[in-house]
Amino acid sequence: MTLAVFFGCSFIAFGPALGLCLFSVVREPLRVIILVAGKAIEGLVALSEDGCSPISIQQMAYVAGLGFGLMSGAFSMINLLADALGPGTVGIHGDSQLYFLTSAFMTMVMIFLHTFWGILFFHGCETQRWWEMVAVIFTHLIVSGLGSRVRQAPSQDPEGPSGALSLSCSLPALPALWCCQLGPTVAFSAISFLFSVIGGPPFVPAGGRCPGAPAARE
Amino acid sequence: MAAGAGWRMGAGERGRRGAETLFRGLLFCVLGCGFCWGNSVERKIYIPLNKTAPCVRLLNATHQIGCQSSMNGDTGVIHVVEKAQDLKWVLTDGPHPPYMVLLDGELFTRELMLQLKGSSRISGLAVAISKPSPAQGFSPGLKCPNDGFGVYSNDYGPQYAHCNWTAWNPLGNGLAYEDFNFPIFLLEDANETQVIKQCYQDHNLPQNGSVPEYPLCAMQLFAHMHAVTNTVTCMRRSSLQTAFSLNPEEVCDALSDYNVWSTLKPINTSSKINPLDEVIIVATRIDSHSFFWNVAPGAESAVASFVTHLAAAEALHKVPDVQMLPRNIMFTFFQGETFDYIGSSRMVYDMKMDKFPIRLDNIHSFLELSQVALRNSSVLWVHTDPVSRRNDSIQPQVETLVEALINSSVGANVTLQEVGQSQPLPPSSFQRFLRAKSIPGVVLADHRTSFQNRYYQSMYDTAENILMKYPEGLSPEETLDYVTDTAKSLAEVATVVARALYQLAGGTGNTSAIQADPRTVSRMLYGFLIKTNNSWFQSIIKQDLKGLLGDELPQHYIAVTTLVNTTQLVQYVLANLTGTVVNFTKEECLNPEKTPNPEKEMYVYTWVQGSRDPNSTSRVPFCVQSTVHLTKAASPAFELKQWGSTEYSTWTESRWKDIRARIFLIASKELEDMVQLPFLLDLMLQPTVFTLAGTTDSALPSLQEDEACWRIPLFQASLL
Repeated sequence: MTLAVFFGCSFIAFGPALGLCLFSVVREPLRVIILVAGKAIEGLVALSEDGCSPISIQQMAYVAGLGFGLMSGAFSMINLLADALGPGTVGIHGDSQLYFLTSAFMTMVMIFLHTFWGILFFHGCETQRWWEMVAVIFTHLIVSGLGSRVRQAPSQDPEGPSGALSLSCSLPALPALWCCQLGPTVAFSAISFLFSVIGGPPFVPAGGRCPGAPAARE
Repeated sequence: MAAGAGWRMGAGERGRRGAETLFRGLLFCVLGCGFCWGNSVERKIYIPLNKTAPCVRLLNATHQIGCQSSMNGDTGVIHVVEKAQDLKWVLTDGPHPPYMVLLDGELFTRELMLQLKGSSRISGLAVAISKPSPAQGFSPGLKCPNDGFGVYSNDYGPQYAHCNWTAWNPLGNGLAYEDFNFPIFLLEDANETQVIKQCYQDHNLPQNGSVPEYPLCAMQLFAHMHAVTNTVTCMRRSSLQTAFSLNPEEVCDALSDYNVWSTLKPINTSSKINPLDEVIIVATRIDSHSFFWNVAPGAESAVASFVTHLAAAEALHKVPDVQMLPRNIMFTFFQGETFDYIGSSRMVYDMKMDKFPIRLDNIHSFLELSQVALRNSSVLWVHTDPVSRRNDSIQPQVETLVEALINSSVGANVTLQEVGQSQPLPPSSFQRFLRAKSIPGVVLADHRTSFQNRYYQSMYDTAENILMKYPEGLSPEETLDYVTDTAKSLAEVATVVARALYQLAGGTGNTSAIQADPRTVSRMLYGFLIKTNNSWFQSIIKQDLKGLLGDELPQHYIAVTTLVNTTQLVQYVLANLTGTVVNFTKEECLNPEKTPNPEKEMYVYTWVQGSRDPNSTSRVPFCVQSTVHLTKAASPAFELKQWGSTEYSTWTESRWKDIRARIFLIASKELEDMVQLPFLLDLMLQPTVFTLAGTTDSALPSLQEDEACWRIPLFQASLL
């Protein structure tokens, strides 16, 4: 559509997540490593002088979740952003004009969702609450299923996937994408956020050095 | 301990390196994903237009003609112009310039195009081909084709130069020779045109006099041409690139191909023929042109003529005593005559420079077949050159020539009439030979003064133009063998030509047995005008040339690649019609020099794949012995590197990278700006949120100390 839409959609999708990165991850290089690599706890412990990890499990869950979320967001948005640079907008086959905007919001919500899933899943593993892990997997499947079903929703694209179920929307004024995909995803995201807050705040003030603990060495 | 620590350090190091590689791999995949073609989002946005033909840029010594688009294509809001008043919206009234005009074929006239050319509100044009052809005729060629490259000039017949005497193509509007700075495409498929019109009606029509609202239907045309100004400039740039660059980026190519020629009596092509031998040259052109690139059906302007020529050659070869005739006959098919006589000027040049087996002095007379399919009440006009006829040695020879023709037409449904003796020659290859030497010759045509062809060098010069009609419900095989009236008419012309040639070559026998076969003419017309992929053509070509025959309408543009389909097909058809089948094996046929025989040097051997038996799937190939040769048809201007020459043709075609067209919707500027709003809100909110988060943590000092070191019992245990 042009540079305006390209930058607008990319900042909508990645802005909050990159903001989180900037304020809570970038200052601590160890968190950056976890963000990129997901799990490097053995290496970190090996590097530390006193054998104790400089980063808490909650921080690691949060950062790892954020990393996964950014990757998933990148995968889903890059295609769209490349096409957003062209002169055309979605709509010639009857799809909604707000496709780019909706996808950008969807990506933003998915990044948050991944972050919260990460925290919940780690918390479930640590405290051995299996229902938390099952809930994460279950909501993962539901959100993915929602995404694929909405893609098969009515559109006059002759080359698109054919023979799909048409989703009826309880709020007909809004486009199907909003109430049938974005809505539930936002709901899951909010619920997951609440549960992850129960699990413990992942934010850590800068500093927090590991004091020497002789018991750990020998 | 130190070694252990080093080992642990190594593990961490390896873990980090692994993570880095993984990250790079993921980044590559992500970027790769973004650039894959045909992805579903792209399908939601764009509808590609596949059945289109562009207008490209051609250059000659002094000018550039054709069309040009911007580097990344030209976009514009579609507006359908079905009547002249619709143009006002595009030129003055419309509120969303620039516009991409979708024009009906009937309105594609010079006046309208000049109006569009002068406007800055046009970003491109798409012309929908008109079915049926426009009733008033349409020719984008010049009124005076190949002016300045024929024989008439200020030194030779100045009263005939520049079509002072008669405009040969009065319907010619010269559109193909104009220079446009926006892209122009031809929409060949009526279904695609309907899709575009539907999109226009859904989004671009003003409702009740109000301005049409966004989103609007738009079209983007990509046709960026690399060459500019003229041939001198583009060839200079190309030669600099070739000379100095490791990766040369040439910008244009000369139009070139091959001429096809064959002799009635075989000659040794590696040496020159005896200076006392006389040759009669029969000539036709085999190419045409139109406004759009590679759209050149050329039915009346080229195909009918060379098909008649091929039929006459076949008829002559069937005569038993032709090998004993005193004079030889050379059947010549010139390529590139549309572009200032590329083929014939090159042959004359080769003859003058002694690079051709036959010299100009060997030429006894010249017979050319110009446009012959639209004869009015069966009259065929005989054109001669008035200036050379003033010569006392040429005049009687011309009279003999005309007499032979008139004698041959007795009994055939062809009435030969001479045009006025003071009338000049129409545009013909014969004019290039006259430039070099005064030779007696005639040009046969179906028109007396201006062309009968109302679609000369246009996309409408198709089989319908020469009145080829087939009954309904025939299969392709039946259509191939059906003899149309056009075929019968052309066969009669071929009969007259063959008989006249026999007499001119010194034949003394009875000519009434010489007859051209209407069935062969009809099959050739079908193959060259409707579908090349038919059973007859399949049986006469070589085995490894499957890509030569196609199912779409054949086009006869010279192009820049060597050996276009037309040249090759003419070569194979001529070999089949005039050659003989010999009993050689495949090895002998493909390598005739291995079994030396003085006869073999005079002939050309071709291993053709033969016809398919109706019961089996395999073909029976055989060897054809013929005298068909190819010689280069490239303008001498490029051999001599005289790129600004006014003596020889200097036509070149620009190079390009990407030619395509697509339609889509464009959104208003307001919607694009609206997309920025959430981002700006987020930008304002984030610092607030995180400042609050920071202050919350500092209000819990007790947590700081306890959480200063985090022991992860599980992992610690594994290390100890």
